[in-house]
Amino acid sequence: MPDSIRTAVGIDIGSTTAKLVVLRGGKLLYKKYERHFSYVRRKACEMLREAAAVIGPGPIAAAVSGSAGLGLAERAGIPFVQEVFATGETVRALEPDTSAVIELGGEDAKILFLRGGTDERMNGTCAGGTGAFIDQMATLLDMTPDELDEASLRHTRIYPIASRCGVFAKSDVQPLLNQGASKDDIAASIYQAVVNQTITGLAQGRRIEGKVMFLGGPLTYDRGLRERFKETLGLSDENAVFPSYGLYPVAIGAALYAARALEDMTLDGLLARLDAVSEGASELSHLPPLFSSEEEYAAFAARHAKASVPTRPIGEAEGDAYLGVDCGSTTTKLVLIDTDGALLYTYYDSNRGDPVGIVRAQLAEIYALCGDRIRIRACAVTGYGEELIRHAFSMDCGLVETVAHFTAARFFQPKVDFILDIGGQDIKCFKVRGGAIDSIMLNEACSSGCGSFIETFARAMGYSIEEFARLGLFARRPVDLGSRCTVFMNSSVKQAQKDGASVEDISAGLSMSVVKNAVYKVIRAASAAELGEHIVVQGGTFQNDAVLRSFERELGRDVVRPAVAGLMGAYGAALYVRDRAPAVSSLIGPEALASFTHTSRSVICQKCTNHCHLTVNTFSGGARYISGNKCERGAMTGAEKAAADAVPDMHVFKRALLDEWRARGSAAEAVRGTIGIPLSLGMYELAPLWITLFTRLGYRVLLSDFSTRATYLAGQGSIPSDTACYPAKIMHGHIETLLHSGADAVFYPCLTYNVDEHRGQNHYNCPLVAYYSELLVSNMESLSAAKFLYPYLDVNSPALLTRQLCAMCEEKLSVRVSRREMRAAVDAGFAAYAEHMARIRAEGARALAWARENGRRTMLLVGRPYHVDPEISHGIDRLAASLGFVILTEDALDAPVPDDVRVLNQWTYHSRLYAAAEYAAEHENTSLVQLVSFGCGIDAITTDEVRRILEAKGKLYTQIKIDEITNLGAVAIRLRSLLGALEMRERAAAAGGEEK
Amino acid sequence: MEQNDGRAVFTKEMRPTHTILVPNMLPMHFKMICRILGQYGYRCELLETTGHEIVECGLKYVHNDTCYPALLVIGQFIDALQSGKYDTHKTALMLTQTGGGCRASNYIYLLRKALVKAGFGYVPVISLNFSGLKDNPGLDFTAPMVLRLAYAVLYGDLLMMLRNQCRPYETEAGASERLAVEWTERLTDDMRRGRGMNAAAARRNYRRILADFEAIPRTAEKKVKVGIVGEIFVKFSPLGNNHLEDFLVSEGAEPRMPGLLDFCLYSCYDGIMDYTLYDTGLASYLLYRIAFAVLIAKQKEMIRIVKKYSTFDPPTPFRHAIKRAEEYIGLGAKMGEGWLLPAEMLELIDAGVPNIVCTQPFGCLPNHVFGKGMMKPLKSKNGDVNIVAIDYDPGATRINQENRIKLMLANARRAEEAPSEPISLTDETEK
Repeated sequence: MPDSIRTAVGIDIGSTTAKLVVLRGGKLLYKKYERHFSYVRRKACEMLREAAAVIGPGPIAAAVSGSAGLGLAERAGIPFVQEVFATGETVRALEPDTSAVIELGGEDAKILFLRGGTDERMNGTCAGGTGAFIDQMATLLDMTPDELDEASLRHTRIYPIASRCGVFAKSDVQPLLNQGASKDDIAASIYQAVVNQTITGLAQGRRIEGKVMFLGGPLTYDRGLRERFKETLGLSDENAVFPSYGLYPVAIGAALYAARALEDMTLDGLLARLDAVSEGASELSHLPPLFSSEEEYAAFAARHAKASVPTRPIGEAEGDAYLGVDCGSTTTKLVLIDTDGALLYTYYDSNRGDPVGIVRAQLAEIYALCGDRIRIRACAVTGYGEELIRHAFSMDCGLVETVAHFTAARFFQPKVDFILDIGGQDIKCFKVRGGAIDSIMLNEACSSGCGSFIETFARAMGYSIEEFARLGLFARRPVDLGSRCTVFMNSSVKQAQKDGASVEDISAGLSMSVVKNAVYKVIRAASAAELGEHIVVQGGTFQNDAVLRSFERELGRDVVRPAVAGLMGAYGAALYVRDRAPAVSSLIGPEALASFTHTSRSVICQKCTNHCHLTVNTFSGGARYISGNKCERGAMTGAEKAAADAVPDMHVFKRALLDEWRARGSAAEAVRGTIGIPLSLGMYELAPLWITLFTRLGYRVLLSDFSTRATYLAGQGSIPSDTACYPAKIMHGHIETLLHSGADAVFYPCLTYNVDEHRGQNHYNCPLVAYYSELLVSNMESLSAAKFLYPYLDVNSPALLTRQLCAMCEEKLSVRVSRREMRAAVDAGFAAYAEHMARIRAEGARALAWARENGRRTMLLVGRPYHVDPEISHGIDRLAASLGFVILTEDALDAPVPDDVRVLNQWTYHSRLYAAAEYAAEHENTSLVQLVSFGCGIDAITTDEVRRILEAKGKLYTQIKIDEITNLGAVAIRLRSLLGALEMRERAAAAGGEEK
Repeated sequence: MEQNDGRAVFTKEMRPTHTILVPNMLPMHFKMICRILGQYGYRCELLETTGHEIVECGLKYVHNDTCYPALLVIGQFIDALQSGKYDTHKTALMLTQTGGGCRASNYIYLLRKALVKAGFGYVPVISLNFSGLKDNPGLDFTAPMVLRLAYAVLYGDLLMMLRNQCRPYETEAGASERLAVEWTERLTDDMRRGRGMNAAAARRNYRRILADFEAIPRTAEKKVKVGIVGEIFVKFSPLGNNHLEDFLVSEGAEPRMPGLLDFCLYSCYDGIMDYTLYDTGLASYLLYRIAFAVLIAKQKEMIRIVKKYSTFDPPTPFRHAIKRAEEYIGLGAKMGEGWLLPAEMLELIDAGVPNIVCTQPFGCLPNHVFGKGMMKPLKSKNGDVNIVAIDYDPGATRINQENRIKLMLANARRAEEAPSEPISLTDETEK
């Protein structure tokens, strides 16, 4: 029988849905699309039986495809077609003039280039930018995916949302919500993030043009997403194709392949094979069950019931009361207590993207319940939305979450020495030593989202979080899903589903993974003894008994989970304000509350180069709260500004120095021509050397400006490796800018070695700083037509450098420069570099002296030279300065590297970190905060060592991971917690001193 | 015994008493290396453990953002020490170590940190390296020993190559592997007797080995050839790459893996380049030159014999690889695999193997540039090149990796088929 008239069946079983098509003689006779809730085999059989009438009893060709179809096909002995390959089959057969295909699925994203060298790519280990991501975001906005789509069409602006992965995006979206940005704009911004992710993560430098076909669920259903793609790629209506079979390309491709290449079988034969296999014989590794019996669970529940707080019915209470509000990232909590700490009223719910509305409704409710009997003496707020809520309702005080949690934990366990809080999005934990917070660890942006991950997952599988958790409690064979970023867990779950794990086993497995994540990824503990003896756990996620049990299992000891585990922040805030109540509370009264209004609008701040996107919240009575600002300038008076500017900040100083160098370079006369130098990676420090050298040779030098978000976007299309660090990736944009600036050539040399400062066993650059030019020249099409100078140079030998540069000028610029002239330029360059570094050290000395004279705390904000870039460090220096710190950098210190560095100390920049750590360890009033760019492999080594050096001397270590994320909220919490911990330590030390 | 800085050191006295655990980076080569070390009185044991506990152990004791090879190797060591199988006070650990600007140069330090954390601070660590990064008084490299090790590399490469070229076609499952292992034993036994380590003897051995492999009964099927390149550990180690060679064979493909000699030659060449670029002294320059010349000659000889006496595909002359790499990247790029990575991909492409798996640990810094960074020009200048980059890390699941490799294989097979005719499809379901 010719291929074209065979009946062909294609089954595509993806991560969440199954699709089935029947083709015959060029006709699509049947199609069906359903969720399979991980019952892969059962669903496949069911769908086949439903289609039996169309398929008929005769000979057919059939094949299975899809990520979850693979295992089934193997077990049942049915032909399998790889899913991207299947899509290719469909498009090549049906739309042969297509040049590119973009297909977004539940957890997969694919791109196929069919013209000019075929290429097919799938998302890697990162599941960002897929349907699951959109669903997760919709949940966060308390919308259905349809509502999200609807809303996006009404947008007026797009916010930058990190596009690397769901977790990152989430931490961008959350603050936007908390700050009151419009949901319409956020919805469109989420879609834009998906588009950006597709371009950077999948196209990886290859341009998407010509006729583009869009496939898969999200692109079939979401009009807003289609619009974002069309607009971003600049596609005409003819070139943007959204076919009617958008949901079925893989199933159709499988059928086409089967018809073309496979032997006949029958429907009955196919079903027989499927029936013969069990739902899953698996090669999974399993963990012991959480509870072996109901009795064991009952004992466990009884033990935890002891850690409770007395409750008094609010109807019977009278007298003074204190209100605590915890406006968290995903939930809002309120607690009203009496003077003894007994609970009068509690509230815990998702903030549904409108925390102000929820607090308002709750306040009204509480006022109504209190009547004239109960008087709210004071009110405190904590959490992500602290500032917004405090301003909106004139609350008495705001406190950082860590302090709130510590206050509450101490109420339950006065001897508490370790607190772990797993909330919707954050893991926070801290050790307590000598009555003060000792070391704080927050989850890095890459592993957050733990609690809400389980919730989103539960919903995706059709359960409420409570049901889902309960299922896990008595799972017989929990699946070992590993410990790592939750986004990666999606694919572990996929594998488990493939291998036929039950929902129960997956639920238990997820709980264990969350715990392992916390213990090994965030706390980085090797044993329970390391954590402490009296451990208090809290946060919404620990209300899940499966998580709690997993944690105790993992540690091998019992912990205290207060009955109000999910309310600890609010409870702590209430206790805190109870002990510090003002004479008269400023909290908004019932009357004013009744007429309370809240509007928000967005503007762009013009007060400094950050140009923050501000959200201006206006409340009834004219009170305003501005959020989104990276520094305090937007909201400062002239005098305040002047006072703030007087505090030394090395980041500001170094930026000003670089501006000075840029001006010198561009002021030079272009006798021989103009050279462009990108201000990226190593250039933040070596620019003075090269600018001086080239101006000496008679070149005008254009140093690119400090980065902005726009810089990154200008170059994002040519980034081949998305997991490289942001400082490297942003360089593409700098090059693009320079190529449009009229420079004759662009210069960024390959420097295996940096300047030898004699601080370590060697003086390497990291591989990216050293060789990123090689990547640029291989991936940026715009460079192929330009002169790009990236010679391998030795910056430790003026003689060699002279020779190498002479060669470069002759070969690449066709300019003969005499050795003598070049040597003079090289010497001048090194002198300028020395002068530059000396000025930095002199300013460092001045800043230290200033701090001593003015009794200010000093923060060594250490990292790399490129961390002074306002886009790379997101203005963290200004944030720290606004907390009163004098800011120093690692290169401004004239300090020696300690003798006992226990890692291979062989990178110039990194050696300085050890010296800075030793300095901070040795000096009073000096803290160290390390900036780490996401993806920096070398900092995996330095961070542990810097921490060790500090902790050996009893100092706090703070690490801030930064990436594209613009969420300063989490950074603020960390820095404020550091400040809080420092204050507590000082108070404890002072108290200790008095006792003596 | 402890040195001033508190780290445990492998001393001469420990030689007879201590078992030295060695991670299994390259099965063929390391089997021989262990046996050779054994001949000199070192009691080596190749760690062939697998399983999830190794990763778990690594995650527990190593910073989770550290590269996957470090996590695995250290996890495997600590897992072994905790297994109860060894008297930990009579155990030492050996790690091969390369220097350079890649963070891999820190493995030894990370291992020491992890050992302390796990309570094994007293277990000595031996660094097997050629750049003098760490000294271990208990380990003497004598000239004859180095010669044996060098021959182990040559023989190991040949055995690995032949095993890979025979195995997919063997009619009796396991025959090629068995023969290769048998030869590792024969060769090392020969070396103990002082044989097999000169040019003439090597030639003789090559021919015998080739004849033995030629004699393995094989089918004449045509299979897709797939090259494996990448970061040295995940490229070679089955533990690191989830048994990639086995997987490719099970999928009906023939794996091709450029040998360890390439890496040695690359390292020597870097030494030569250092002299040109950084004036690193004439003495070391000459040493590298000589080493390079000797190894090149050895490679040439092997190629000649493979061509002359067998039907197998010989390795690519390294000089050709250098010449090709230079079209794409500066030869001063020397961290991690550096320019060797594109060089090996080009080697494969030129040898008619356009299907390549580029293995790398997730977040590997050098591979941003030398792996993913080089794919665009490699693809645009070499026609139908079919490369897939696979990331390896504790969170990456096998299904994900295998699915991507399957796609690569499907594309490879389609490239060999005739293009299919376009068809039209009318949707009847809406009616």
